[in-house]
Amino acid sequence: MELLLFGETGWGDELLIATLMTLAVSITAMLIGFVFALIFTPLKLSNNKFLNLIANFYTTVIRGVPELLVIYLFFFGGSSAIMFVASIFGYNDYIEINAFLTGAFSIGIISGAYSTEVFRGAIQSIDKGQFEASNVLGFNKVTRFFKIILPQMLRLSIPNLSNVWQITLKDTSLISVTGLVEIMRQSYIAAGSTRDPLLFYTVAAVLYLMLTFLSMKFINKMEIKYNRGY
Amino acid sequence: MDLDLILNSFPKLLSASIITLKLLSVSLMIGMFIGLFFAILRIKNNIIFGKIAYVYSYIFRGTPLLVQIFIIYYGFGQVEFIRESFLWIILKEPYWCAVIAFALNTGAYTSEILRSAFQTIKPGYIEAGKSLGVANKIIFYKIQIPIAIRQSLPAYGNEIILMLKGTSLASTVTLMDLTGVAKYIISTTFKPIEVFVIAGSIYLFMTFIIHNLIKFLEKKYSF
Repeated sequence: MELLLFGETGWGDELLIATLMTLAVSITAMLIGFVFALIFTPLKLSNNKFLNLIANFYTTVIRGVPELLVIYLFFFGGSSAIMFVASIFGYNDYIEINAFLTGAFSIGIISGAYSTEVFRGAIQSIDKGQFEASNVLGFNKVTRFFKIILPQMLRLSIPNLSNVWQITLKDTSLISVTGLVEIMRQSYIAAGSTRDPLLFYTVAAVLYLMLTFLSMKFINKMEIKYNRGY
Repeated sequence: MDLDLILNSFPKLLSASIITLKLLSVSLMIGMFIGLFFAILRIKNNIIFGKIAYVYSYIFRGTPLLVQIFIIYYGFGQVEFIRESFLWIILKEPYWCAVIAFALNTGAYTSEILRSAFQTIKPGYIEAGKSLGVANKIIFYKIQIPIAIRQSLPAYGNEIILMLKGTSLASTVTLMDLTGVAKYIISTTFKPIEVFVIAGSIYLFMTFIIHNLIKFLEKKYSF
């Protein structure tokens, strides 16, 4: 038990920092995912066949390919891609990209594919009358989106987004293969140096359970708050 | 694009996908039984068993699959009495550790899917059976289970695809499945894009087959 104490001899403080790291990567990845979702949702809903094809390609490929494979692609391919771009501008040294950014970006692309589907579903389930009414009232497209559609879309997508958040949170455990010190990596290091894998992986499981439990509590509160008017 | 590499690694990746499919099918079969068992515990109105089933599914759905595999593969090997018992024959093999982790994981999700399917069966069906004098057991096996399985087909199809992606984690415990071989080729050739394209297409092909199979079953058993 003293292995879990804080301070020089225990792994408590390291694990706490690792938990915060997991949280930071998950939140960053979720936000990157939102950016992707905001780009691809309009493409998915547009009447242009070609734009539809691009968006469908993105969501189908990402949701059909294992997360680990996507992470390997960015982990091994990321720095060579950036080095290639840099060499065009005449910079030929070795560039190593940050493990945090690679991880957050690859998980972000994955969570973006799920968020796109969630937003698409939410927009499609908004009553047609809302669009028509805003047209009749003479709103332009931008105001219509930000003042009428977006607030309703967010409310409708909270339950499904909470699933996406759970998936994203759990997917961050896979970034440990790239060496970023989050919960999984820290447990791996601790298990290796203390020869007590059972204890540390169980602690990791408990930490993940705590994160999912607390975030569910938070999301439920939010759901109640945004459903007040209904 | 390195065409030589693509042609060379394609057969290797294809033969590795057999292990992926084997892992998937074995763990789905075991997981189906686990899921059915815990779903039945949930719908019977026994508070203690219901709680146990709930805690089981909560733990396995709330933690990453990677942690579950590591606990079973690295963690259990450390416990003295497991190493001395007959269980060690199974638990020393990374293949079976992965299968056990996958089966328990998919079992948790399957139990949730089946539970909600059981709960959405119209009470009229059960009442009709009762009024015709059918025994409770037969109502359960001949009416409730078939309807629940039909109801849960779409959600279960998603679960199969999630599990297919989950089997990629077997590569973290030294198994050479599709992702394991792909990683090996990437780290020896440093050509991630080509390998990703092939391995990704094989995964997508499998997803496509599963998706259509489920659609076919849905149509066949629709009512």
